[in-house]
This record gives sequence, structure tokens and C-alpha cells, in this order.
Amino acid sequence: MALFPRGPAVVENRAPPAEPEAPGGLQGFYLDWSSDREAFKQVPWGKAMMWIFLLSDTFVFSCFLIGYMAVRMTTTEPWPNTSEVFALTLAGHSIPLILIAIMTFVLISSSGTMAMAVNFAYRRARIRTGLLMLATALLGATFVGMQAFEWSKLIGEGVRPWGNPEGAAQFGASFFMITGFHGLHVSIGVVYLSIVALKVLRGHYESSGNYQVVEIAGLYWHFVDLVWVFIFAFFYLW
Amino acid sequence: MEYTQGQQHPISLYLKIWGLLFILSTLSYLVDYFQFHGLLRWGLIVTFMLLKAGLIVSIFMHMAWERLAIIYAILIPPLCLLVLLGMMAAEADYIFLRRLLFFGSGG
Repeated sequence: MALFPRGPAVVENRAPPAEPEAPGGLQGFYLDWSSDREAFKQVPWGKAMMWIFLLSDTFVFSCFLIGYMAVRMTTTEPWPNTSEVFALTLAGHSIPLILIAIMTFVLISSSGTMAMAVNFAYRRARIRTGLLMLATALLGATFVGMQAFEWSKLIGEGVRPWGNPEGAAQFGASFFMITGFHGLHVSIGVVYLSIVALKVLRGHYESSGNYQVVEIAGLYWHFVDLVWVFIFAFFYLW
Repeated sequence: MEYTQGQQHPISLYLKIWGLLFILSTLSYLVDYFQFHGLLRWGLIVTFMLLKAGLIVSIFMHMAWERLAIIYAILIPPLCLLVLLGMMAAEADYIFLRRLLFFGSGG
């Protein structure tokens, strides 16, 4: 009775109508939206709400990136060369953008472990799920640590939101705003995943057998990775 | 009652996508490393970016197996952003030309 596959609004005093298998494709799309009740069939409400939150977050990040595009297009000063700004000297060689590349691989790996955690959750492999989620959170924390290193390196070189020695003043404002907001998302994700992971490990979801929370947390985490794909392409590589 | 919710895919699928994402990231990093320029650079960056985004959304976020009702509800609205993008780009072009005119190209 604690199972809410389609949301908690279950009317108790009548038997749920025997629902025929909903048709798929375009006809299914039309019928789902015109049925004057739940449109998102076979989608738990928590998951639908997370998707809608992520949709709103998409708009926030897109506004940042489009704003960055606008200031970069309008400035008459040269834009700093990100390839050099984010280069690191390793073993005597200056390697362009290497820290960002490593951060990208760390975040992709965390997405991989998260996807497997979701899979194991639905197989009800509790310990594996919890450990994979903790691994995801650890990789996320590593990412934030590297970002803190990157920030302090740039601040040390004199990059500020209102100016920098390398060129267009708008570079600093875009950099701190975009990576800062993304880093905040990663940090929140680390806390969120850790909480869910500990609950999974303690067996909190064993009684209901409902491990949707893991998939919902996973959606958030994959979204954070998704945003980084766009930041990596537009801010660091462009 | 056993939960029939959730999707069962073989773990190997996720490992393959993980590998593909690694390869695509390496490729986009190499675009910078080999200092490609111009249209080739932008074309490659956007191609690799869209491929990565597509893999993450469709496989990792399971969008490929959802019903059209939620796919359209989530994926269509962001297309409005392309309109904003186009308007801001046109506006930025104009501002840039004005600045060149009034400040001179030296800034």
C-alpha cells in the first residue's frame, strides 16, 4: 500500500479501473495529453517533477551561456585565450587545458558510476547501489576540489569579475558566474547523493522495495554532467 | 508485490556509453590540442558536444525509453532558447559594429 507508482492520489474507496495497455507513438501522445488526468503515464510523479525542475534549470544555464555569448561578441578587446589561461605545467611541459580535460573525465566517470547505481538499485542490489553512489559523490567532490584549485590559480593571476590582465574584462564575469553556478550544482549534488546513498545502505527502501529515489537523484546528477558538456564546449573550447 | 517499475538494461550498455563519452571527450580535447581554427573547429566542437549530450540524455537519463508525452514536454520547450540565441546574436552584432564606430577598433 505504500507503493505509489503513479503518485499518491489513489482513491481508496473504489477499485482502480482496469487500465488497458496505453497505446504508444503519436496516438499515445495525443491520448495522454487529452485524457484530462495524468499526462505522464508510467512516470512516477517524483521523476516527472525532477524532469520539470531540470527543464527550468536548463533555462537558467542557457541564459548564462547566451549572456556570455553576447558579451563575448560585443567586446572590442581580444578575448583571453582559454587554451593558455587554463594550461598547466606538468613535468616541465605546458599542456593546454589539461586540468579542464581531467575535470571532464572525472565528471563523465561519475555519471557512469551513477548510471550503474540506478541499474543495481532496480535489481535491488542494495550494497552495490550505495557504494556506487558514494563513489559518484566522491568523484563529484574531486571535481569541486579541482575547480577550487582552478579558481584560486586564476584569482592568483589577477583574474577578477571586473577585469583581468589578459584581455576583455567580461571574461572574469562570465567565468566566475558560469563555473560558479555549475560548481554549486555539483556541490549540492554531492550532498544529495550522499544522503540518498546512506539511506540506501541503511536499508531504508527495503520495506517498500521502491528504489525510484535513486533514479531521480541520478537524473539530477546526469544533468550536472550534461551542463558541463555545454560549458566545456562553449566556454573552454570555443 | 514485486516492483515492476524501473528499467532493466544490461550493465554492459552503460559501460559502452561510458567508453563512448570518454572517446568523444578526448576528441573534443584534441580539437583544442591540435589548434584547429575557424569553421572546422566550431563544427567539430558542436558535433562532439551534441553527440555527448544526446548519449547522456537518451541512455543515462533513460529518455530513449520514456513515452512521447514526457519526451516532448521536456525536450521541446528548450527550443525557445534558440530564438533567444538568434535574437541576442543579431543584437550583439549590432552593438559590436556600433562600438567599432564610436570607440575605434583599438578599444
